[in-house]
Amino acid sequence: MTAHSHSQARGRAGPRPFWPPLAAGIALGLALLVTFLISGHGLGASGFVTRLAADVSDRVAPAATAANAYFGPFVQAGSPLAAWITWEAVGVLIGAYLGARSAGRISVQVERGPNVSRSQRFVYAFIGGALTGFGARLARGCTSGLGLSGGATLAVAGFVFLAGFFIAGFVVSMAMRRVWQ
Amino acid sequence: MSIPFYDSGLASGLLSGVLFGFALEAAGFGSPRKLTGQFTLKDFAVFKVMFTAVLVAAIGLYALRLSGVIADNSVYIPTLFFWAMAGGGVLIGAGFALGGYCPGTSLAGLGSGRIDALVFFAGMVAGTIVFAAVFEPLTGFYLAAKGPDAQRLTDLTGLPEWLILAVLVVVAAGGFVLGGKLERARGGPFTAEDVCTPQAEDTEKVQRHGQALEA
Repeated sequence: MTAHSHSQARGRAGPRPFWPPLAAGIALGLALLVTFLISGHGLGASGFVTRLAADVSDRVAPAATAANAYFGPFVQAGSPLAAWITWEAVGVLIGAYLGARSAGRISVQVERGPNVSRSQRFVYAFIGGALTGFGARLARGCTSGLGLSGGATLAVAGFVFLAGFFIAGFVVSMAMRRVWQ
Repeated sequence: MSIPFYDSGLASGLLSGVLFGFALEAAGFGSPRKLTGQFTLKDFAVFKVMFTAVLVAAIGLYALRLSGVIADNSVYIPTLFFWAMAGGGVLIGAGFALGGYCPGTSLAGLGSGRIDALVFFAGMVAGTIVFAAVFEPLTGFYLAAKGPDAQRLTDLTGLPEWLILAVLVVVAAGGFVLGGKLERARGGPFTAEDVCTPQAEDTEKVQRHGQALEA
């Protein structure tokens, strides 16, 4: 906090504050509502990872990928560039970049807890990503597609997913305190 | 022309994505410390923002249906596969607590400069490939305990939609009040100053180390 007041006193532009949660939640809800009205479905993210993974797998091992019961249909559907979710994911990158840039919040860093080294952070990030990638395929969606979008349609599926997500988040966070505290 | 437009084109995807990414970053969801602060109870932004967004969109869809702008069953509603969705939710919750992101927020993290988000993303691609490799033996679990098609809380409980929305508003309001108390008691929530200044903790360590040397 002292660094903050110093930089303000010197008039240097620090990062502008994040939006209050209520305002950011309303903005996110309106973005979701607009998406429903334009596309007929909600927002997502892991669907892009699936198409990218199928594409990577197809380039490395085309025969095995075509024969795979899960990836086969994705490869047949064609390039990931033909999928709505790919352009939505590209849009997320652009939107986050523009927002962060306009508010002085671009922060090139390996963000981590105070007790974790860079290389440990990379290991945790990769393992966490792998669990998430696997879990999203199992659940048929992620926090965006099932939790947020499913929840907004009051789908039972969305709330079952969110219950699992929050319970496991708390349990793993308690068991692995040192990662972020 | 009827609404929804069912437009699955490039421009439709880009527009939705830009709005989504902008809102995630504005909420602070490009930062894994802010995101995981939810589970250490230091920062309730994840609960507050998600719950607010779900309610804004749910009430919006309800109002648009009541006023006849959109028809019943005109938007996609996922169908429950209980074990796969509960299990997948558990894995994503664990991956979030460990890795600091979920799929959408990892893109917001990457867009606002986080290098660790790129590693998380590579992990997701690897996890997806592993899933595809073991998909066939998992099929039974993947399809187990299927619920009715597109089942909603109104179908499950028999309660009117307005009442369910009202209950959720009350739960959200309670979460805002309780969460606000809990996060302040733990010195939170994380601000942009806290998480957008690169390697703040490294700078402190260097300073402490320097002071120790001087002493």
